Formats: sequence, structure tokens, C-alpha cells
Amino acid sequence: MSAPEALLPDALLPDALLPDALLKVAALTHLYGRRVGCRDVGFALWPGEVMGVVGESGSGKTTLLHCLSGMLAPSAGTVHYRTRTEGWQDIHRLPEARRRLLMRTDWGIVHQNPRDGLRLGVSAGANIGERLLAGGVRHYGRVRAEAEAWLGEVEIDRARLDDLPSRFSGGMLQRLQIARNLVTRPRLIFMDEPTGGLDVSVQARLLDLLRGLVRDLGLAAVIVTHDLAVVRLLAHRLMVMKEGAVVESGLTDQVLDDPRHPYTQLLVASVLQG
Amino acid sequence: MPAMIEVAGLTKSFTLHGQGGVRIPVFAGLGLSVAAGECLALDGPSGSGKSTLLRSLYANYRPDAGAIRVRHGDGVVDMMTAPPHQILAVRRATIGYVSQFLRVIPRVPALAVVAEPLRVLGVELAVAERRAARLLARLRIPERLWTLAPATFSGGEQQRINLARGFIAGSPILLLDEPTASLDHANRLTVIELICAAKQAGTAVVGIFHDREVRDAVADRVFDMSRARDAA
Ligand SMILES: Nc1ncnc2c1ncn2[C@@H]1O[C@H](COP(=O)(O)OP(=O)(O)OP(=O)(O)O)[C@@H](O)[C@H]1O
Ligand SMILES: [Mg+2]
Repeated sequence: MSAPEALLPDALLPDALLPDALLKVAALTHLYGRRVGCRDVGFALWPGEVMGVVGESGSGKTTLLHCLSGMLAPSAGTVHYRTRTEGWQDIHRLPEARRRLLMRTDWGIVHQNPRDGLRLGVSAGANIGERLLAGGVRHYGRVRAEAEAWLGEVEIDRARLDDLPSRFSGGMLQRLQIARNLVTRPRLIFMDEPTGGLDVSVQARLLDLLRGLVRDLGLAAVIVTHDLAVVRLLAHRLMVMKEGAVVESGLTDQVLDDPRHPYTQLLVASVLQG
Repeated sequence: MPAMIEVAGLTKSFTLHGQGGVRIPVFAGLGLSVAAGECLALDGPSGSGKSTLLRSLYANYRPDAGAIRVRHGDGVVDMMTAPPHQILAVRRATIGYVSQFLRVIPRVPALAVVAEPLRVLGVELAVAERRAARLLARLRIPERLWTLAPATFSGGEQQRINLARGFIAGSPILLLDEPTASLDHANRLTVIELICAAKQAGTAVVGIFHDREVRDAVADRVFDMSRARDAA
């Protein structure tokens, strides 16, 4: 079999060649006891780039996402993030408070289950406004106006601003979670199956919104999904995971149109037949 | 004249793991070079690897060996070894690729589909859409279709959307896979004009043209696939 990793992983490039990258991941590994969560993952990501992660269930996608986004300390390897003012920082070596601040201001994290990413006991508007307040915005009128604008942006009726999310549908919750994350204009967003469980038209609208943000605001994203159609539409690049390791990576169209690894070929073939 | 594309020792095969690991060799040791303002037509029977070569030039397919050196800005990038981030940059700024079939994006209207390559280069919305409108009009897409998503368009309409999208950014390199296959005579003539104008502006073109009239009108040289095919 030809080596799928023939292309030089960006993460092996010297720092000098990555002045404008945003994220740099090297040899990232996480073990759950003796079980492998994810193993030896490396890549770099630039503003305006979307990295897709696909693989069978249990292949380590969510573990990887949690290690990348600072929620889980890896067993080995590094995640470097280029901060706005202090250059490259290893996020897992930052003091807890600094990391939390980054997570609230520079990053967005969209959970697979929107209930994990929202506060169900406060209004939709408060869910969106919370991150603004945490980021230091104090003017109540402005917070409210921004929250309202973002509801419109994710196509939720603005009249629902003061409603509790517990009365929203699954698709609305997911869009609310996305609005909550985008309101602080993060530079990097991590998404775990963001369109899972949404019906097709809502999904299309969401993808539309994300594509626009990526193109117009230079948002970078890492998106875990099992849906190759979503990957095709949204991700510039793709990593295929199996048993914790990346078995193939490249531009999305390379991996999907000219898959090399037996597992990737199987994945692509099953979609075309289904 | 400096070469825009220089290919050397290019070898491509497919290995189908799901089917007993059967290996399909397509070409081996392929070499070619295309200058600015020149159009090279790929020639060979069905299955001889023309589309595979074109896709390889775009780094859509990943050949097994060889070099694909492309002039990008002031430098040269080897599409075989460039990291993904750099290939994306080359595609944005240097290479336009018109596939045989349009890949439709749900909900995105024709005008935006065509304007997109300019938008990712940072061109202002109004400017990009004005240019898109001009190309759509030139390719005889009725104005009432511009605001609709092309999913429901006819084959020929979709191909013209794809062509407009491929030509809009004035890329220094254009790759065309049977760009006139489902077009009527008037539109074929328009495509010939577009290709000739691009060449005049210095664009290097590599194309697959089954249509004799189109090929004779645009191609400066013909590249015969058979030698590299037999070597595979
Ligand atoms: N993605 C792929 N996976 C596996 N095999 C492929 C793939 N793409 C092309 N091939 C094989 O490579 C060979 C060359 O195909 P290609 O499409 O390049 O021919 P072509 O010259 O463009 O033919 P046509 O004139 O019919 O379009 C064929 O045997 C084809 O089956
Ligand atoms: Mg072909």
C-alpha cells in the first residue's frame, strides 16, 4: 500500500514558515488508562480554514476535539495557539485562568448535545449575552441588541429573545448554541457533530451561515462529523481517524475523490452506494 | 516564454482495497510543459487518463511519483509536495478548474456561486457580483435564474455556471474538462471566445476537448496520452 501520509504534515514545518497560522498541533496523544483515545495527531490550521475530522464511532474524534480545545489535558504532545497579543502559547501549559479566558473569548466550542453548551435555566438572550459580559462588555443595552442580532443571524425569531431555551426545538437549541459561541467573534471554533439530529433544511441554513463566517470573518474551525456531505460543503481539509490514529489526511476533495487508505475507501464507497 | 506548468516523471495508479487490492495503472513517467498564453489539448481514447491527469494538476488526485511545478506569484510550487495550506493558496490565486459537472451547494444562488472565487480573493461583494452578472449574461443564462440555486438547472445551464465560475477570477492557469460537452452552438462559440481571450491575457490552458471545432479553435498543441499510458 502506498503511504497515505506522503504529504508533509504542516506541523512538521518550522515555526518560521507558520507565522500566520493559528493553531499548531504536534504528536497529540491521549490515553484512557491503557486504551488509546487519540494517538500522535499533528496538523496546523490557518485563519479561514476548516478542518474536518471523520471516522467510525469510538475512533477518537471527540477525544481529539477535547484535547485541542483545552477541555482535556493530553497524555503527550502539544497544542500551540497563536494569541492576539502574546504570540504562540502551549495551551495546556497556560495557567487555568488564562486558558479559561481564551476559551470564552477567542474560541467557540459547539457541543454535540446543545444542552451541554447552553444554560437551560436562563433566557435565550442571556445565553448569548453571557459570553459578551464575560468578555468585559458592560453596557446592558448593547448586550441585548447584540443578542437580538445574533438570534436573527441564526434565523431564530427575535421575539424569542426572552424565552427559556427549554422550550426550543433541537434544531433551535443547536442554532442558539452556535449564536452563543459566535457572539464574541471567536477566531477558532470547535464543533462536535453540529448538524447531527437537525433536519435537512435547518442543516443547510446552518452550513450556509458557517461558510459565510469562515469566508468573511476568517473564522477557523475544527469540525467533527460523520456526514461526508457536510464535510464536502464546509471543510477545506480532512483527517480520517481509525482506532485513535489519523490514517489519512489531505484536502477534503483529495481524500474523498482519491482515497488511499482501505478504511477511507470503505467510508467513501458506502456513502456513494447508500 | 516561462513555463506556467512543468510536469516530470508523473506516475499515477489506483489501488482498490475493497476489490482484492487490484491496482489500476493509469500513466507513468509523464512529462509536459505549458507556457503562458498557450493551450494544450489532452488527447486519447476514453479511459486513457485525461481527466486523471487534469485532476492531478489541480492536486485533486494524488499521483504516486513525479513533480508538478506550477508558477505561483513570483515563485514555483510543486503540487506533489506542497502542504495542504499552500495548495489551497495556489488554487485560490493561480489555478481555475472547470470540472465536467457542477457541484451544487444547497441554497446558494447562481450569482453567488459564480462570484465566490472572487470573494475568497477578498474582492468586494458588489464588484464580484457585477463581474459574475456580466459573465452569466455573456453565457446566455437568463437573468431570472441568477437568484436561484443551480440544483434544478439543466445540464447545459449548470455547465455554463461552472464555466463562469472557472473564468471569473482570470486565473493564470485554467484546467478545462470537456467544457462544451452539453452546450449548443452559440454557447460553444462563446466559450471559444472566452478561452481565446484568456490566452491573450497570458493564461496557460490545459483542456480536454472532444469537440473538434472547439479544439481546433483554441489548442496550440496536442498532448498524446498513449506513450505515458503504455509505460504504466
Ligand atoms: N477516483 C478513481 N478511483 C479509481 N479509479 C479511477 C478513478 N478515477 C479514474 N480512475 C480510472 O483511471 C482510468 C483513467 O480514467 P480517466 O477518467 O482519467 O479517463 P479519461 O481519459 O478522462 O476518459 P473519458 O474520455 O472517458 O473521460 C480509468 O481506468 C478509470 O477507471
Ligand atoms: Mg474524462
